[in-house]
Amino acid sequence: MLLIENITKTFFPGTVNERVALNDVSLQLNTGDFVTVIGSNGAGKSTLLNMISGKLPIDSGDLSIDGSSVKRMPDYARAAYVGRVFQDPMAGTAPDLSIEQNLALALRRGKRRGLAWGVTHKRREFFREELLSLELGLENRLKARVGLLSGGQRQALSLLMASFTQPRILLLDEHTAALDPQRAELVTTLTESIVAKHHLTTLMVTHNMEQALRLGNRLIMMHEGQIILDVDAERKATMTVPDLLAEFAKIKGASLDDRALLG
Amino acid sequence: MNAALELGLLYGIMALGVYLTFRILNFPDLTVDGSFTTGAAVAASLIINGVPAPLATLAGAASGAVAGLVTGVLYTKGRIDGLLAGILTMIALWSINLRIMGKSNLPLLREDTLMTPLRDAGLLGGAWSILLFAVAALVIKFAIDWFLSTDLGLSIQATGNNEQMIRSLGVNTHRTTILTLAISNGLVALCGALIAQYQGFADVSMGIGLILVGLASVIVGQAVFGRRNIFLASLAVIGGAVIYRLVIFFALGAGLNPNDMKLISALLVVAALLLPRWGFLKRIPSLRQMRSAAAVKPNYVKAN
Repeated sequence: MLLIENITKTFFPGTVNERVALNDVSLQLNTGDFVTVIGSNGAGKSTLLNMISGKLPIDSGDLSIDGSSVKRMPDYARAAYVGRVFQDPMAGTAPDLSIEQNLALALRRGKRRGLAWGVTHKRREFFREELLSLELGLENRLKARVGLLSGGQRQALSLLMASFTQPRILLLDEHTAALDPQRAELVTTLTESIVAKHHLTTLMVTHNMEQALRLGNRLIMMHEGQIILDVDAERKATMTVPDLLAEFAKIKGASLDDRALLG
Repeated sequence: MNAALELGLLYGIMALGVYLTFRILNFPDLTVDGSFTTGAAVAASLIINGVPAPLATLAGAASGAVAGLVTGVLYTKGRIDGLLAGILTMIALWSINLRIMGKSNLPLLREDTLMTPLRDAGLLGGAWSILLFAVAALVIKFAIDWFLSTDLGLSIQATGNNEQMIRSLGVNTHRTTILTLAISNGLVALCGALIAQYQGFADVSMGIGLILVGLASVIVGQAVFGRRNIFLASLAVIGGAVIYRLVIFFALGAGLNPNDMKLISALLVVAALLLPRWGFLKRIPSLRQMRSAAAVKPNYVKAN
Protein backbone atom coordinates (compact mmCIF):
# COMPACT_ATOMS: atom_id res chain seq x y z
CA MET A 1 0.00 0.00 0.00
CA LEU A 2 2.20 2.84 1.26
CA LEU A 3 5.90 2.15 1.17
CA ILE A 4 8.42 4.63 2.51
CA GLU A 5 12.04 3.74 1.90
CA ASN A 6 14.98 5.51 3.54
CA ILE A 7 13.52 8.99 3.35
CA THR A 8 15.76 11.83 4.46
CA LYS A 9 14.81 15.48 4.75
CA THR A 10 17.06 18.29 5.91
CA PHE A 11 15.87 21.84 6.33
CA PHE A 12 18.24 24.74 5.56
CA PRO A 13 21.09 22.45 4.47
CA GLY A 14 24.54 23.97 4.60
CA THR A 15 23.54 26.80 6.94
CA VAL A 16 23.92 27.29 10.67
CA ASN A 17 20.19 26.52 10.97
CA GLU A 18 20.58 23.12 9.32
CA ARG A 19 18.16 20.67 10.86
CA VAL A 20 17.64 17.03 9.98
CA ALA A 21 13.89 16.55 10.14
CA LEU A 22 13.81 12.98 8.85
CA ASN A 23 16.80 10.71 9.10
CA ASP A 24 16.61 7.60 6.92
CA VAL A 25 13.01 6.76 7.77
CA SER A 26 11.42 3.60 6.39
CA LEU A 27 7.85 2.57 6.97
CA GLN A 28 5.37 0.24 5.36
CA LEU A 29 1.62 0.53 5.72
CA ASN A 30 -0.64 -2.33 4.73
CA THR A 31 -4.10 -1.83 3.36
CA GLY A 32 -6.50 -1.01 6.17
CA ASP A 33 -3.76 -0.14 8.66
CA PHE A 34 -4.66 2.63 11.06
CA VAL A 35 -1.35 3.85 12.45
CA THR A 36 -1.07 6.47 15.17
CA VAL A 37 2.12 8.51 15.33
CA ILE A 38 3.42 10.13 18.52
CA GLY A 39 6.60 11.95 19.38
CA SER A 40 7.87 15.17 20.90
CA ASN A 41 7.99 18.50 19.09
CA GLY A 42 10.44 18.46 16.21
CA ALA A 43 10.45 14.67 16.04
CA GLY A 44 9.58 14.80 12.34
CA LYS A 45 5.93 13.71 12.50
CA SER A 46 4.55 16.60 10.47
CA THR A 47 7.48 16.46 8.05
CA LEU A 48 6.69 12.80 7.46
CA LEU A 49 3.11 13.71 6.58
CA ASN A 50 4.29 16.55 4.34
CA MET A 51 6.53 14.09 2.51
CA ILE A 52 3.65 11.69 1.92
CA SER A 53 1.22 14.39 0.79
CA GLY A 54 3.88 15.93 -1.45
CA LYS A 55 3.70 19.33 0.18
CA LEU A 56 7.49 19.29 0.57
CA PRO A 57 9.97 17.56 -1.75
CA ILE A 58 11.95 14.57 -0.52
CA ASP A 59 15.76 14.95 -0.30
CA SER A 60 16.51 11.27 -0.78
CA GLY A 61 14.76 7.94 -0.53
CA ASP A 62 11.61 6.75 -2.22
CA LEU A 63 7.90 6.79 -1.60
CA SER A 64 5.41 4.60 -3.39
CA ILE A 65 1.68 4.07 -3.24
CA ASP A 66 0.29 0.75 -4.49
CA GLY A 67 3.67 -0.19 -5.87
CA SER A 68 4.34 2.86 -8.01
CA SER A 69 6.64 5.66 -6.98
CA VAL A 70 4.93 9.00 -6.37
CA LYS A 71 8.11 10.76 -5.34
CA ARG A 72 8.07 13.17 -8.27
CA MET A 73 4.34 13.74 -8.29
CA PRO A 74 3.31 17.27 -7.25
CA ASP A 75 1.03 17.61 -4.24
CA TYR A 76 -2.15 18.32 -6.21
CA ALA A 77 -1.63 15.19 -8.31
CA ARG A 78 -0.90 13.07 -5.26
CA ALA A 79 -4.15 14.31 -3.75
CA ALA A 80 -5.88 11.73 -5.93
CA TYR A 81 -4.51 9.08 -3.57
CA VAL A 82 -4.01 11.01 -0.36
CA GLY A 83 -6.68 12.72 1.73
CA ARG A 84 -5.56 15.04 4.46
CA VAL A 85 -6.95 16.85 7.49
CA PHE A 86 -4.83 19.68 8.89
CA GLN A 87 -4.36 20.72 12.49
CA ASP A 88 -5.89 24.14 11.85
CA PRO A 89 -9.69 23.75 11.58
CA MET A 90 -9.69 26.71 9.16
CA ALA A 91 -7.24 25.04 6.76
CA GLY A 92 -9.37 22.25 5.35
CA THR A 93 -12.39 24.17 4.08
CA ALA A 94 -13.12 27.27 1.98
CA PRO A 95 -14.85 29.74 4.33
CA ASP A 96 -16.66 31.82 1.70
CA LEU A 97 -18.20 28.81 -0.01
CA SER A 98 -21.21 26.93 1.27
CA ILE A 99 -21.14 23.52 2.89
CA GLU A 100 -22.48 21.86 -0.25
CA GLN A 101 -19.98 23.68 -2.48
CA ASN A 102 -17.11 22.56 -0.25
CA LEU A 103 -18.37 18.99 -0.43
CA ALA A 104 -18.74 19.25 -4.21
CA LEU A 105 -15.09 20.30 -4.41
CA ALA A 106 -14.04 17.34 -2.29
CA LEU A 107 -16.18 14.96 -4.32
CA ARG A 108 -14.05 15.64 -7.42
CA ARG A 109 -10.80 14.67 -5.71
CA GLY A 110 -8.42 13.35 -8.34
CA LYS A 111 -10.98 13.73 -11.12
CA ARG A 112 -11.29 16.15 -13.99
CA ARG A 113 -13.17 19.33 -13.15
CA GLY A 114 -15.24 20.46 -16.08
CA LEU A 115 -18.26 22.60 -16.77
CA ALA A 116 -20.85 20.37 -15.13
CA TRP A 117 -22.81 21.95 -12.28
CA GLY A 118 -20.90 21.66 -9.04
CA VAL A 119 -23.96 21.02 -6.89
CA THR A 120 -26.66 18.92 -8.51
CA HIS A 121 -29.81 17.56 -6.96
CA LYS A 122 -28.33 14.08 -6.88
CA ARG A 123 -25.09 15.22 -5.28
CA ARG A 124 -27.02 17.26 -2.73
CA GLU A 125 -28.90 14.15 -1.62
CA PHE A 126 -25.61 12.31 -1.27
CA PHE A 127 -24.11 15.18 0.77
CA ARG A 128 -27.14 15.22 3.03
CA GLU A 129 -26.75 11.54 3.71
CA GLU A 130 -23.04 11.85 4.42
CA LEU A 131 -23.56 14.86 6.70
CA LEU A 132 -26.21 12.93 8.59
CA SER A 133 -23.48 10.58 9.77
CA LEU A 134 -21.71 13.50 11.50
CA GLU A 135 -24.78 14.04 13.68
CA LEU A 136 -24.15 17.78 13.83
CA GLY A 137 -27.30 18.89 12.04
CA LEU A 138 -25.25 20.20 9.11
CA GLU A 139 -27.47 18.31 6.66
CA ASN A 140 -30.05 21.07 7.18
CA ARG A 141 -27.56 23.85 6.51
CA LEU A 142 -26.21 22.84 3.11
CA LYS A 143 -26.29 26.42 1.82
CA ALA A 144 -24.68 27.98 4.89
CA ARG A 145 -21.25 29.54 4.45
CA VAL A 146 -18.61 27.33 6.03
CA GLY A 147 -17.06 30.42 7.63
CA LEU A 148 -20.11 30.55 9.91
CA LEU A 149 -19.42 27.12 11.41
CA SER A 150 -17.56 26.52 14.67
CA GLY A 151 -14.05 25.08 14.69
CA GLY A 152 -15.33 21.65 15.66
CA GLN A 153 -17.96 21.65 12.93
CA ARG A 154 -15.41 22.77 10.35
CA GLN A 155 -12.99 20.06 11.42
CA ALA A 156 -15.71 17.41 11.22
CA LEU A 157 -16.56 18.68 7.75
CA SER A 158 -12.86 18.63 6.77
CA LEU A 159 -12.66 15.05 7.96
CA LEU A 160 -15.66 14.11 5.88
CA MET A 161 -14.24 15.93 2.84
CA ALA A 162 -10.88 14.19 3.21
CA SER A 163 -12.38 10.75 3.55
CA PHE A 164 -15.72 10.27 1.79
CA THR A 165 -14.16 9.71 -1.62
CA GLN A 166 -12.15 6.89 0.00
CA PRO A 167 -8.61 7.94 -0.87
CA ARG A 168 -5.93 5.26 -0.70
CA ILE A 169 -4.35 6.96 2.29
CA LEU A 170 -5.81 9.29 4.90
CA LEU A 171 -3.42 11.63 6.71
CA LEU A 172 -4.54 13.22 9.96
CA ASP A 173 -2.17 15.87 11.29
CA GLU A 174 -3.06 16.47 14.95
CA HIS A 175 -6.50 17.24 13.68
CA THR A 176 -8.05 17.37 17.15
CA ALA A 177 -5.28 19.40 18.82
CA ALA A 178 -6.79 22.84 18.21
CA LEU A 179 -10.25 21.91 19.52
CA ASP A 180 -11.66 22.09 23.03
CA PRO A 181 -11.80 18.69 24.80
CA GLN A 182 -15.47 18.08 24.05
CA ARG A 183 -15.12 18.87 20.33
CA ALA A 184 -11.87 16.93 20.16
CA GLU A 185 -13.67 13.90 21.56
CA LEU A 186 -16.41 14.29 18.98
CA VAL A 187 -13.97 14.50 16.08
CA THR A 188 -12.02 11.55 17.49
CA THR A 189 -15.16 9.43 17.60
CA LEU A 190 -16.05 10.50 14.06
CA THR A 191 -12.55 9.61 12.91
CA GLU A 192 -12.91 6.16 14.36
CA SER A 193 -16.24 5.50 12.69
CA ILE A 194 -15.31 7.00 9.30
CA VAL A 195 -12.04 5.07 9.09
CA ALA A 196 -13.85 1.87 10.04
CA LYS A 197 -16.69 2.51 7.61
CA HIS A 198 -14.43 2.94 4.56
CA HIS A 199 -11.55 0.69 5.78
CA LEU A 200 -9.17 3.58 5.14
CA THR A 201 -5.44 3.17 5.42
CA THR A 202 -4.71 5.93 7.90
CA LEU A 203 -1.74 7.70 9.40
CA MET A 204 -2.71 9.87 12.37
CA VAL A 205 -0.30 12.18 14.17
CA THR A 206 -1.35 13.07 17.69
CA HIS A 207 0.04 14.59 20.85
CA ASN A 208 -2.44 12.72 22.94
CA MET A 209 -0.96 9.39 24.07
CA GLU A 210 -4.26 8.09 25.37
CA GLN A 211 -5.80 8.78 21.95
CA ALA A 212 -2.83 7.16 20.21
CA LEU A 213 -3.35 3.99 22.21
CA ARG A 214 -7.11 3.93 21.88
CA LEU A 215 -7.29 4.39 18.09
CA GLY A 216 -5.85 2.26 15.36
CA ASN A 217 -4.11 -1.06 15.09
CA ARG A 218 -0.53 0.11 15.23
CA LEU A 219 1.48 2.83 16.93
CA ILE A 220 4.81 4.34 16.01
CA MET A 221 6.86 6.73 18.07
CA MET A 222 9.24 9.20 16.47
CA HIS A 223 12.19 11.01 17.95
CA GLU A 224 14.73 13.29 16.30
CA GLY A 225 13.75 12.32 12.79
CA GLN A 226 13.63 8.59 13.34
CA ILE A 227 11.05 5.96 14.15
CA ILE A 228 12.20 4.65 17.53
CA LEU A 229 9.28 2.42 18.42
CA ASP A 230 6.79 0.40 16.37
CA VAL A 231 4.01 -1.25 18.37
CA ASP A 232 1.76 -3.85 16.75
CA ALA A 233 -1.95 -4.27 17.43
CA GLU A 234 -1.54 -7.07 19.95
CA ARG A 235 0.91 -5.27 22.17
CA LYS A 236 -0.84 -1.95 21.69
CA ALA A 237 -4.09 -3.39 23.05
CA THR A 238 -2.53 -4.05 26.45
CA MET A 239 -0.34 -0.95 26.61
CA THR A 240 -1.06 1.97 28.92
CA VAL A 241 0.17 5.55 28.83
CA PRO A 242 2.73 4.92 31.62
CA ASP A 243 4.02 1.92 29.63
CA LEU A 244 4.47 4.17 26.64
CA LEU A 245 6.26 6.83 28.68
CA ALA A 246 8.53 4.23 30.20
CA GLU A 247 9.31 2.85 26.77
CA PHE A 248 10.11 6.35 25.53
CA ALA A 249 12.40 7.10 28.47
CA LYS A 250 14.15 3.77 27.99
CA ILE A 251 14.83 4.25 24.27
CA LYS A 252 15.71 7.88 24.62
CA GLY A 253 18.06 7.09 27.49
CA ALA A 254 19.61 4.30 25.49
CA SER A 255 20.16 6.45 22.45
CA LEU A 256 21.72 9.15 24.58
CA ASP A 257 23.96 6.58 26.20
CA ASP A 258 25.04 5.29 22.82
CA ARG A 259 25.96 8.74 21.71
CA ALA A 260 27.76 9.44 24.94
CA LEU A 261 29.76 6.26 24.46
CA LEU A 262 30.53 7.01 20.86
CA GLY A 263 31.35 10.62 21.62
CA MET B 1 -27.04 61.13 -18.65
CA ASN B 2 -28.14 58.44 -21.11
CA ALA B 3 -24.64 58.28 -22.47
CA ALA B 4 -23.36 57.85 -18.91
CA LEU B 5 -25.71 54.90 -18.43
CA GLU B 6 -24.61 53.35 -21.72
CA LEU B 7 -20.96 53.77 -20.85
CA GLY B 8 -21.58 52.44 -17.36
CA LEU B 9 -23.16 49.26 -18.71
CA LEU B 10 -20.36 48.76 -21.24
CA TYR B 11 -17.74 49.33 -18.56
CA GLY B 12 -19.67 46.84 -16.45
CA ILE B 13 -18.14 44.12 -18.62
CA MET B 14 -14.67 45.33 -17.68
CA ALA B 15 -15.73 45.53 -14.01
CA LEU B 16 -16.90 41.91 -14.17
CA GLY B 17 -13.43 40.96 -15.36
CA VAL B 18 -11.83 42.87 -12.49
CA TYR B 19 -14.30 41.24 -10.11
CA LEU B 20 -13.07 37.79 -11.19
CA THR B 21 -9.47 38.54 -10.27
CA PHE B 22 -9.86 41.02 -7.43
CA ARG B 23 -12.69 39.33 -5.51
CA ILE B 24 -12.86 35.71 -6.68
CA LEU B 25 -9.17 35.01 -7.14
CA ASN B 26 -8.07 37.57 -4.53
CA PHE B 27 -5.44 38.84 -6.95
CA PRO B 28 -4.91 42.56 -7.69
CA ASP B 29 -4.28 42.35 -11.41
CA LEU B 30 -2.85 45.48 -13.02
CA THR B 31 -2.68 43.88 -16.46
CA VAL B 32 -6.09 45.40 -17.23
CA ASP B 33 -4.60 48.85 -17.93
CA GLY B 34 -2.79 47.29 -20.87
CA SER B 35 -5.19 44.55 -21.96
CA PHE B 36 -8.11 46.98 -22.24
CA THR B 37 -6.19 48.95 -24.84
CA THR B 38 -4.99 45.76 -26.50
CA GLY B 39 -8.62 44.72 -27.04
CA ALA B 40 -9.41 48.13 -28.48
CA ALA B 41 -6.28 48.20 -30.64
CA VAL B 42 -6.76 44.74 -32.10
CA ALA B 43 -10.45 45.29 -32.82
CA ALA B 44 -9.85 48.73 -34.34
CA SER B 45 -6.97 47.66 -36.60
CA LEU B 46 -8.88 44.61 -37.79
CA ILE B 47 -12.01 46.65 -38.52
CA ILE B 48 -9.96 49.19 -40.44
CA ASN B 49 -8.46 46.30 -42.41
CA GLY B 50 -11.90 45.10 -43.39
CA VAL B 51 -12.52 42.32 -40.91
CA PRO B 52 -16.21 42.13 -39.88
CA ALA B 53 -16.82 43.94 -36.60
CA PRO B 54 -18.10 40.91 -34.58
CA LEU B 55 -15.03 38.89 -35.52
CA ALA B 56 -12.71 41.81 -34.81
CA THR B 57 -14.34 42.26 -31.41
CA LEU B 58 -13.83 38.60 -30.54
CA ALA B 59 -10.22 38.78 -31.68
CA GLY B 60 -9.77 41.77 -29.39
CA ALA B 61 -11.12 39.76 -26.47
CA ALA B 62 -8.86 36.82 -27.31
CA SER B 63 -5.78 39.06 -27.40
CA GLY B 64 -6.63 40.27 -23.91
CA ALA B 65 -6.93 36.67 -22.75
CA VAL B 66 -3.39 36.04 -24.00
CA ALA B 67 -2.18 39.05 -22.00
CA GLY B 68 -3.85 37.61 -18.89
CA LEU B 69 -2.21 34.28 -19.59
CA VAL B 70 1.21 35.93 -19.67
CA THR B 71 0.62 37.58 -16.29
CA GLY B 72 -0.59 34.24 -14.94
CA VAL B 73 2.47 32.38 -16.12
CA LEU B 74 4.80 35.06 -14.71
CA TYR B 75 3.01 34.83 -11.37
CA THR B 76 2.73 31.05 -11.07
CA LYS B 77 5.59 29.48 -13.00
CA GLY B 78 7.88 32.48 -12.66
CA ARG B 79 6.98 33.07 -8.99
CA ILE B 80 6.94 36.82 -9.55
CA ASP B 81 4.87 38.84 -7.12
CA GLY B 82 1.32 39.31 -8.43
CA LEU B 83 1.38 43.10 -8.51
CA LEU B 84 4.73 43.15 -10.28
CA ALA B 85 3.68 40.46 -12.77
CA GLY B 86 0.68 42.61 -13.72
CA ILE B 87 2.79 45.75 -14.02
CA LEU B 88 5.34 43.96 -16.22
CA THR B 89 2.67 42.80 -18.65
CA MET B 90 0.95 46.17 -18.58
CA ILE B 91 4.13 48.07 -19.44
CA ALA B 92 5.10 45.58 -22.13
CA LEU B 93 1.62 45.91 -23.64
CA TRP B 94 2.09 49.64 -24.10
CA SER B 95 4.72 48.98 -26.76
CA ILE B 96 2.79 46.07 -28.21
CA ASN B 97 -0.37 48.17 -28.46
CA LEU B 98 1.51 50.87 -30.35
CA ARG B 99 2.87 48.20 -32.70
CA ILE B 100 -0.63 46.85 -33.29
CA MET B 101 -2.07 50.29 -33.95
CA GLY B 102 0.91 51.67 -35.87
CA LYS B 103 0.19 55.10 -34.38
CA SER B 104 -1.19 56.35 -31.11
CA ASN B 105 -4.75 56.92 -32.28
CA LEU B 106 -6.94 54.96 -34.70
CA PRO B 107 -10.19 56.67 -35.74
CA LEU B 108 -13.12 54.40 -36.62
CA LEU B 109 -15.51 57.09 -37.76
CA ARG B 110 -16.29 55.85 -41.26
CA GLU B 111 -15.87 52.16 -40.49
CA ASP B 112 -18.56 49.55 -40.06
CA THR B 113 -18.54 48.77 -36.34
CA LEU B 114 -20.91 47.00 -33.97
CA MET B 115 -22.28 50.42 -33.08
CA THR B 116 -22.98 51.50 -36.68
CA PRO B 117 -26.45 49.87 -36.90
CA LEU B 118 -27.42 51.49 -33.60
CA ARG B 119 -26.14 54.86 -34.66
CA ASP B 120 -27.80 54.64 -38.08
CA ALA B 121 -31.11 53.74 -36.46
CA GLY B 122 -30.70 56.69 -34.13
CA LEU B 123 -30.90 54.45 -31.08
CA LEU B 124 -27.66 55.49 -29.38
CA GLY B 125 -28.31 57.65 -26.36
CA GLY B 126 -31.88 56.41 -26.09
CA ALA B 127 -33.77 53.93 -23.96
CA TRP B 128 -33.43 51.10 -26.48
CA SER B 129 -29.68 51.15 -26.61
CA ILE B 130 -29.51 51.35 -22.82
CA LEU B 131 -31.73 48.28 -22.70
CA LEU B 132 -29.57 46.52 -25.30
CA PHE B 133 -26.36 47.26 -23.41
CA ALA B 134 -28.01 46.17 -20.17
CA VAL B 135 -28.98 42.85 -21.77
CA ALA B 136 -25.43 42.38 -23.08
CA ALA B 137 -23.93 43.05 -19.65
CA LEU B 138 -26.45 40.75 -17.99
CA VAL B 139 -25.78 37.92 -20.44
CA ILE B 140 -22.11 38.07 -19.52
CA LYS B 141 -23.00 38.35 -15.84
CA PHE B 142 -25.16 35.22 -16.00
CA ALA B 143 -22.48 33.36 -17.94
CA ILE B 144 -20.02 34.18 -15.14
CA ASP B 145 -22.52 33.16 -12.46
CA TRP B 146 -22.99 29.83 -14.22
CA PHE B 147 -19.29 29.31 -14.80
CA LEU B 148 -18.45 29.94 -11.16
CA SER B 149 -20.93 27.30 -10.03
CA THR B 150 -19.50 24.52 -12.20
CA ASP B 151 -16.91 22.07 -10.88
CA LEU B 152 -14.20 24.11 -12.55
CA GLY B 153 -15.63 27.43 -11.37
CA LEU B 154 -15.89 26.20 -7.79
CA SER B 155 -12.25 25.18 -7.87
CA ILE B 156 -11.42 28.71 -9.06
CA GLN B 157 -13.40 30.20 -6.19
CA ALA B 158 -11.60 27.89 -3.77
CA THR B 159 -8.22 28.87 -5.25
CA GLY B 160 -8.88 32.45 -4.17
CA ASN B 161 -10.43 31.44 -0.88
CA ASN B 162 -8.15 28.70 0.49
CA GLU B 163 -5.37 27.63 -1.82
CA GLN B 164 -3.86 25.04 0.53
CA MET B 165 -7.21 23.30 0.88
CA ILE B 166 -7.99 23.09 -2.80
CA ARG B 167 -4.52 21.80 -3.61
CA SER B 168 -5.03 19.06 -1.03
CA LEU B 169 -8.18 18.17 -2.96
CA GLY B 170 -6.25 17.75 -6.18
CA VAL B 171 -6.54 21.06 -8.01
CA ASN B 172 -3.54 22.49 -9.82
CA THR B 173 -3.91 26.05 -8.55
CA HIS B 174 -1.41 27.36 -11.10
CA ARG B 175 -3.80 26.28 -13.81
CA THR B 176 -6.88 27.80 -12.20
CA THR B 177 -5.02 31.06 -11.55
CA ILE B 178 -3.81 31.34 -15.15
CA LEU B 179 -7.25 30.44 -16.49
CA THR B 180 -8.97 33.07 -14.36
CA LEU B 181 -6.50 35.76 -15.35
CA ALA B 182 -7.05 34.88 -19.01
CA ILE B 183 -10.86 35.03 -18.70
CA SER B 184 -10.70 38.24 -16.71
CA ASN B 185 -8.44 40.01 -19.18
CA GLY B 186 -10.47 38.59 -22.04
CA LEU B 187 -13.52 40.37 -20.63
CA VAL B 188 -11.53 43.56 -20.07
CA ALA B 189 -10.28 43.47 -23.67
CA LEU B 190 -13.79 42.74 -24.94
CA CYS B 191 -14.89 45.87 -23.12
CA GLY B 192 -11.99 47.79 -24.66
CA ALA B 193 -13.02 46.63 -28.13
CA LEU B 194 -16.62 47.72 -27.52
CA ILE B 195 -15.64 51.08 -26.03
CA ALA B 196 -13.40 51.83 -29.02
CA GLN B 197 -16.33 51.19 -31.35
CA TYR B 198 -18.70 53.15 -29.13
CA GLN B 199 -16.53 56.26 -28.96
CA GLY B 200 -15.30 55.86 -32.54
CA PHE B 201 -11.57 55.54 -31.93
CA ALA B 202 -8.90 53.50 -30.20
CA ASP B 203 -6.23 55.40 -28.33
CA VAL B 204 -3.05 54.02 -26.84
CA SER B 205 -3.67 55.80 -23.55
CA MET B 206 -7.32 54.80 -23.15
CA GLY B 207 -6.49 52.12 -20.57
CA ILE B 208 -4.44 54.28 -18.22
CA GLY B 209 -5.82 54.13 -14.71
CA LEU B 210 -8.53 51.72 -15.76
CA ILE B 211 -7.76 49.33 -12.90
CA LEU B 212 -9.00 52.06 -10.55
CA VAL B 213 -12.24 52.33 -12.49
CA GLY B 214 -12.64 48.57 -12.18
CA LEU B 215 -11.83 48.53 -8.48
CA ALA B 216 -14.11 51.51 -7.86
CA SER B 217 -16.95 49.70 -9.64
CA VAL B 218 -16.44 46.49 -7.68
CA ILE B 219 -15.98 48.11 -4.28
CA VAL B 220 -18.66 50.80 -4.62
CA GLY B 221 -21.13 48.40 -6.20
CA GLN B 222 -20.69 45.79 -3.51
CA ALA B 223 -20.81 48.40 -0.75
CA VAL B 224 -24.17 49.59 -2.06
CA PHE B 225 -25.78 46.40 -3.33
CA GLY B 226 -24.07 43.76 -1.20
CA ARG B 227 -22.20 40.59 -2.02
CA ARG B 228 -24.06 37.87 -0.16
CA ASN B 229 -23.78 35.46 -3.06
CA ILE B 230 -22.32 35.33 -6.55
CA PHE B 231 -25.59 36.34 -8.17
CA LEU B 232 -25.85 39.56 -6.14
CA ALA B 233 -22.12 40.24 -6.13
CA SER B 234 -21.78 40.18 -9.92
CA LEU B 235 -24.96 42.23 -10.32
CA ALA B 236 -23.56 44.75 -7.85
CA VAL B 237 -20.40 45.02 -9.94
CA ILE B 238 -22.38 46.16 -12.98
CA GLY B 239 -24.36 48.50 -10.74
CA GLY B 240 -21.08 49.87 -9.41
CA ALA B 241 -19.82 50.54 -12.94
CA VAL B 242 -22.99 52.50 -13.70
CA ILE B 243 -22.76 54.45 -10.45
CA TYR B 244 -19.16 55.28 -11.24
CA ARG B 245 -20.12 56.70 -14.66
CA LEU B 246 -22.90 58.74 -13.07
CA VAL B 247 -20.46 60.15 -10.51
CA ILE B 248 -18.14 61.12 -13.38
CA PHE B 249 -21.08 62.61 -15.27
CA PHE B 250 -22.08 64.80 -12.35
CA ALA B 251 -18.47 65.70 -11.58
CA LEU B 252 -18.07 66.91 -15.17
CA GLY B 253 -21.36 68.74 -14.90
CA ALA B 254 -20.09 70.46 -11.78
CA GLY B 255 -17.28 72.04 -13.77
CA LEU B 256 -14.42 69.57 -13.41
CA ASN B 257 -12.64 68.66 -16.63
CA PRO B 258 -11.93 65.14 -17.99
CA ASN B 259 -8.31 65.33 -16.85
CA ASP B 260 -9.50 65.53 -13.25
CA MET B 261 -11.24 62.18 -13.55
CA LYS B 262 -8.22 60.08 -12.56
CA LEU B 263 -8.07 61.99 -9.29
CA ILE B 264 -11.81 61.52 -8.80
CA SER B 265 -11.40 57.77 -9.44
CA ALA B 266 -8.58 57.46 -6.94
CA LEU B 267 -10.49 59.45 -4.30
CA LEU B 268 -13.59 57.34 -4.92
CA VAL B 269 -11.66 54.10 -4.35
CA VAL B 270 -9.92 55.48 -1.26
CA ALA B 271 -13.26 56.63 0.12
CA ALA B 272 -14.91 53.29 -0.62
CA LEU B 273 -12.06 51.46 1.10
CA LEU B 274 -11.70 53.72 4.15
CA LEU B 275 -15.18 54.95 4.98
CA PRO B 276 -16.57 51.56 6.03
CA ARG B 277 -13.57 51.13 8.34
CA TRP B 278 -14.25 54.49 9.98
CA GLY B 279 -17.82 53.51 10.60
CA PHE B 280 -19.30 56.07 8.26
CA LEU B 281 -20.82 53.65 5.79
CA LYS B 282 -21.28 50.90 8.34
CA ARG B 283 -24.87 51.89 8.76
CA ILE B 284 -25.64 51.26 5.09
CA PRO B 285 -24.38 47.64 5.08
CA SER B 286 -26.14 46.96 8.37
CA LEU B 287 -29.43 48.20 6.97
CA ARG B 288 -28.85 45.95 4.01
CA GLN B 289 -28.13 42.98 6.24
CA MET B 290 -31.24 43.54 8.28
CA ARG B 291 -33.27 43.31 5.13
CA SER B 292 -31.51 40.20 3.89
CA ALA B 293 -31.56 38.64 7.36
CA ALA B 294 -35.33 38.61 7.28
CA ALA B 295 -35.21 36.65 4.06
CA VAL B 296 -32.96 33.81 5.17
CA LYS B 297 -33.27 31.13 7.81
CA PRO B 298 -32.43 32.45 11.27
CA ASN B 299 -29.53 30.09 11.92
CA TYR B 300 -27.44 31.75 9.21
CA VAL B 301 -27.87 35.18 10.63
CA LYS B 302 -25.99 35.37 13.85
CA ALA B 303 -22.42 35.41 12.54
CA ASN B 304 -23.18 37.41 9.43
